[in-house]
Amino acid sequence: MRQIDLVVIGSGAAGMAAAIEAKKNGINDLLILEKDEKLGGILNQCIHNGFGLTEFKEELTGPEYLQRFVDEVKRLEIPYKLNAQVIDLTKDKVLTYSSKEDGLVKLQAKAIIMATGCYERNAGAIMLPGDRCSGVITAGTAQRYLNINGLMVGKRVVILGSGDIGLIMARRLTLEGAKVLCVSEIMPYSAGLNRNIQQCLIDYDIPLYLSRTVSKVVGKDRLEKVVLSAVDENLQIIPGTEMEFECDTLILSVGLIPYVSLLNYIDCPISSTKGAVVNQYMETMIPGIFTAGNCLHVHDVVDFVSQEARLAGRSAALYLKNEIDNNEKKIPIKPGNNISYVIPQFVLENSVDDITFKFRVRKPLKDQVVMIRSGDIVLGKVVKPALIPSEMVMVNLSKDKLQEVKDEIVISVEDR
Amino acid sequence: MKDLTCIVCPRGCRLHVDDYMNVTGNFCPRGKEYAISELTHPVRTITSSIKVTNREYTLVSVKTTKPVPKDKIFEVMEEIDKLSVEAPTRIGDIVKKNILGLDSDIVITKNID
Repeated sequence: MRQIDLVVIGSGAAGMAAAIEAKKNGINDLLILEKDEKLGGILNQCIHNGFGLTEFKEELTGPEYLQRFVDEVKRLEIPYKLNAQVIDLTKDKVLTYSSKEDGLVKLQAKAIIMATGCYERNAGAIMLPGDRCSGVITAGTAQRYLNINGLMVGKRVVILGSGDIGLIMARRLTLEGAKVLCVSEIMPYSAGLNRNIQQCLIDYDIPLYLSRTVSKVVGKDRLEKVVLSAVDENLQIIPGTEMEFECDTLILSVGLIPYVSLLNYIDCPISSTKGAVVNQYMETMIPGIFTAGNCLHVHDVVDFVSQEARLAGRSAALYLKNEIDNNEKKIPIKPGNNISYVIPQFVLENSVDDITFKFRVRKPLKDQVVMIRSGDIVLGKVVKPALIPSEMVMVNLSKDKLQEVKDEIVISVEDR
Repeated sequence: MKDLTCIVCPRGCRLHVDDYMNVTGNFCPRGKEYAISELTHPVRTITSSIKVTNREYTLVSVKTTKPVPKDKIFEVMEEIDKLSVEAPTRIGDIVKKNILGLDSDIVITKNID
């Protein structure tokens, strides 16, 4: 069995950034495994612009953004395998991949970075009520059909869920000649970024119905009609509020879930984000297995995926040089008031770097202050004029402050 | 008076413009620029994809090099639909110069070997 220092699983925004950073930190014996036929992951189908403002200080499309990383992977001569699907992983870091070129191959890795991205919630996941006809499709699948394969998915379209991909697809389908009748969101606020509401819906006069969801899908073979109903504060359908839309396509943009099936094989602890529990090095509870990007928690901006993945890449290099001590005291990080999750979930006490906490709020809030506390000691606070669930928040904590910590750190959002 | 959502970056600032074109609510100077442009001559960058004639079932993505007037978006899309290229393609290759005389080119955004 071949021994290797580092394997990076996935070559999307996270995988490539992680591999590049590991290589720059002196790890030469590494390999990227990609299941698709080209590098770049989901960015290949995200042909819209808006990427790269943080990373490159310019506005790029998805394919342009990924090409910068592909060029760097090639310049640094980082080895990669395409059409190579990892099918097994063990706790002692033996992984098996399958590819047409190599057949079944086993590798003994010293460190692994999981950068496997996320998958879409589908009709089954939300128990979509009504007929099981054709014409119901997830937003990402519609995006691939349209942008990669050149196939129109429908002519009259209703979109359920106001996630960013759904909004982007509302615009894209409109530009290609479809009639997008509306976007329906079950929550009282949008799941997508403000700017996508403006440039994808308002620009094209597409209505956004909040607190409204699909109560019935009607269609014998192909979708014929979608019924939308208002919901109450408990998200229960209110009878008598039906709106009917004749349409041939229903696009679902109802959430993304980190793709971690390999971590499940090895009983790696998983958090409420559905990604792995990690420390400040983006290292899972299994020492030497790191993770970053959308397989850790779903991001709204790709630039932050690349940033997080660089941390994982650098950390993997530290680990391989025995500079991370997993026996150090673990300080738990807890989400407090108004916060749905915090990454990382714990920190090792003697940190090499300062720590960035990432979190999301549960609901839209104004004039808030983010408090980082340990017991009654305030370690840090940051004022935030406005916070929305669709925008990931980042706050920093100096590593020196960790010495003041008692048992745990609580991050909360409070009125100013 | 008008309230706008800035589309310059993912932050999506809520902008307020008064009758004298004074902009508030912007986090950065680009927000001000956007608000004034949006109220005087709104523009958008268009992205789409076009056929690659010498590859089976292959599309390549394209964009406008400069944003085009909002009311010309569908006319620009019609022009983009007429375009096709041969592989290999390189990011930045110009497919159509000065589309509809709008001082914006259609360029390739994906490398296809």
